[in-house]
Amino acid sequence: MSKRNISVALLAVSLFLVAAGCKKKAPPPPPPPPPKPEVKEVPPPPKAPSISFLVEPSAIERGQSARLRWDVSDATDIAVSPGIGTVAARGSREVYPSDTTTYTLRAKGPGGSTSQSATVRVTAPPPPPPPPPPLKRSFGDVLASEVQDAYFDYDKGDIREDARATLSRNSDALKRILQEFPNAVVVMEGHCDERGSAEYNLGLGDRRAHAAQDFLVQLGVAGDRLAPRSFGKDRPQCTESNEDCWQKNRRVHFVAQ
Amino acid sequence: MRNRTAWLWLCALAGLLLAAQQSDVIIKLSKGERAVIALPDLRGAGEAQRFMDAFNQTVWSDIESSGLFKMAPKSFYPLEVPQRPEDFRPPLAAPSARRGAPQPPRRQGPWLTDWSAPPVSANYLALGYAAVQAEQFVLRGWLFNVAQNDVTNAQVFGKLYLGPLDEAGARKTAHEFAADILQQFGGASLAGTRIYFVSERAERGVKEIWSMDHDGSNPKAVSSYRSLSTTPAASPDGTKIAFTSYVGGNPAILIHSRETGRRLRFYSPASSMVATPEFTPDGQKILFSYTIESWAQIAMANLDGSELRRISHVRAIEVEPKVNPKTGAEIVFVSGRAGPQQIFRMNLDGTDVRRLTPGEGQASNPAWHPDGQHIAFAWTRGFAPGNFNIFVMDAATQSFVQLTHGAGRNENPSWAPDGRHLAFSSNRGGSTQIWTMLADGTQLRQLTTEGRNTMPVWAK
Repeated sequence: MSKRNISVALLAVSLFLVAAGCKKKAPPPPPPPPPKPEVKEVPPPPKAPSISFLVEPSAIERGQSARLRWDVSDATDIAVSPGIGTVAARGSREVYPSDTTTYTLRAKGPGGSTSQSATVRVTAPPPPPPPPPPLKRSFGDVLASEVQDAYFDYDKGDIREDARATLSRNSDALKRILQEFPNAVVVMEGHCDERGSAEYNLGLGDRRAHAAQDFLVQLGVAGDRLAPRSFGKDRPQCTESNEDCWQKNRRVHFVAQ
Repeated sequence: MRNRTAWLWLCALAGLLLAAQQSDVIIKLSKGERAVIALPDLRGAGEAQRFMDAFNQTVWSDIESSGLFKMAPKSFYPLEVPQRPEDFRPPLAAPSARRGAPQPPRRQGPWLTDWSAPPVSANYLALGYAAVQAEQFVLRGWLFNVAQNDVTNAQVFGKLYLGPLDEAGARKTAHEFAADILQQFGGASLAGTRIYFVSERAERGVKEIWSMDHDGSNPKAVSSYRSLSTTPAASPDGTKIAFTSYVGGNPAILIHSRETGRRLRFYSPASSMVATPEFTPDGQKILFSYTIESWAQIAMANLDGSELRRISHVRAIEVEPKVNPKTGAEIVFVSGRAGPQQIFRMNLDGTDVRRLTPGEGQASNPAWHPDGQHIAFAWTRGFAPGNFNIFVMDAATQSFVQLTHGAGRNENPSWAPDGRHLAFSSNRGGSTQIWTMLADGTQLRQLTTEGRNTMPVWAK
């Protein structure tokens, strides 16, 4: 016998044995496992929308703007109110609320709906100052524009012709002005030109102021509302050494006390 | 022969000088008849020598500025300078050895004739020396009348002066020595006197009262009202000053104590103007001008303003009352009662009003000489209105002397306590400043330079 023939024979024998083989009484084959119950694959529930919604800055002054920013996921329907409406999932918008406003973002999606708010506080700017009252001139301004200086001759305190006319006009103005300003007193400054001595000019300036006061009182101006005050030659209104300037300084001048 | 003439002349001079009536003092000054004094530099022993420059400078300056002497120039002085009376050695008469020419006297040492003869030709010699004793500066000083024949007759005075051993001490003894020399001739030293004045410097339009020494040093503000303060006056004892101030709105009188620096109460009369104050010679009352019924009138009151008494009663402007310092019984003042401002006199009760200035131009700022007989004042005589010069008048005769000359403003003359100097304001340098001069118009000195300065008042 050949080797091959032996192998075949062996194989046949094994097979025969196996087939007939344990033709003993074998236990019954275990039953196959029962079929699994029909578990349908339930997809996980959809997530609820998640919102990031803020406004920057959160406090502004009326007239300024603020910026809303949002980032929403898991939503299909996103809207911002008031005033903006439907928006994309991520975005920003500049707003100009005139008053404190609370913006609300509502997001709807398969997982439900959520909302989030952001508030912008709007402060009103300070109010403008009230309109100025109608302009009332000060006592000093009124005197400066309506009561004129009276002029004098050199070394004299007499009221000369032109001064008489000036003081007469002044008396009319003063009677009216002193009524309009019931507590005010008019200082009548007496001045001199530079030439005499300072001491004598103190006396001369006072003489001029008093002479003018007496004249006005005679015309009906209240004497106790007039206050003479000599400045001698110490408060000149010009300093040139010529008759033009000297005449300008020989005067009685009316100012508020 | 020469000695005798000089001696006689000196007697006359001394008599004139020592006489209380100095009515010719002005004229004498202007004619230059003055004694000649020699002031050699004194030397100091040891430590004292360091301060002798300052010492000698001070004595020379005090004597020269008094105007009482002609200074003999130092370049003429002999080399041998006596330091004490003992140093003088009379020349020995030579023995008449033989017939013939008499021998000249033999010189033994410094002698009086070294100084009285030419080239020095002095009448007086100040001599002495300084030394250190007990850590003090000691000066021994003498005044000699070198026209005398011998040393005993020649010595006018000899004195010891002490001071701290430093430059200030040397200057102090120098001032004292010079003052003693001047006093022999009726003169007073100016050292220690003060001049009050009005100054406009920090701010235009603000005038304050200031004070300074007689030579312009140490200027300082006395008032600080930041207003108009003007027309200062000093009490005769120098303890108070009065002035006009606008601090209350209208011109009113304020009085300040110089001792405490505080304001003293003065109740001004109710008036639009109370101004140009002046103290009486006894310092007990104050005269001023105030407006009554439109006119500035002279009045008098106590130092607190009580017992007000009106003196002038005239429809004219009257200001600047000044009381006679010798008699205390009459006033000179400025008035417009006869036209442009002139100087008048009247009694303290307002009687016997008389015009002192002739009537031309404008006259202002009368100032009594301490002798009560002369009045310095400002006057526009010979010039256009506003151009003032300083004059001095004899109150009794109304004769006058003109001390400054020229256009411009020379005003507010004030006599120094020595009666030989005047302070006044002048715009001759471009801006108005305080100047001094001798009563004969010489020795002009500018005392202030900053700002505008007026109305000097020379006080003790």
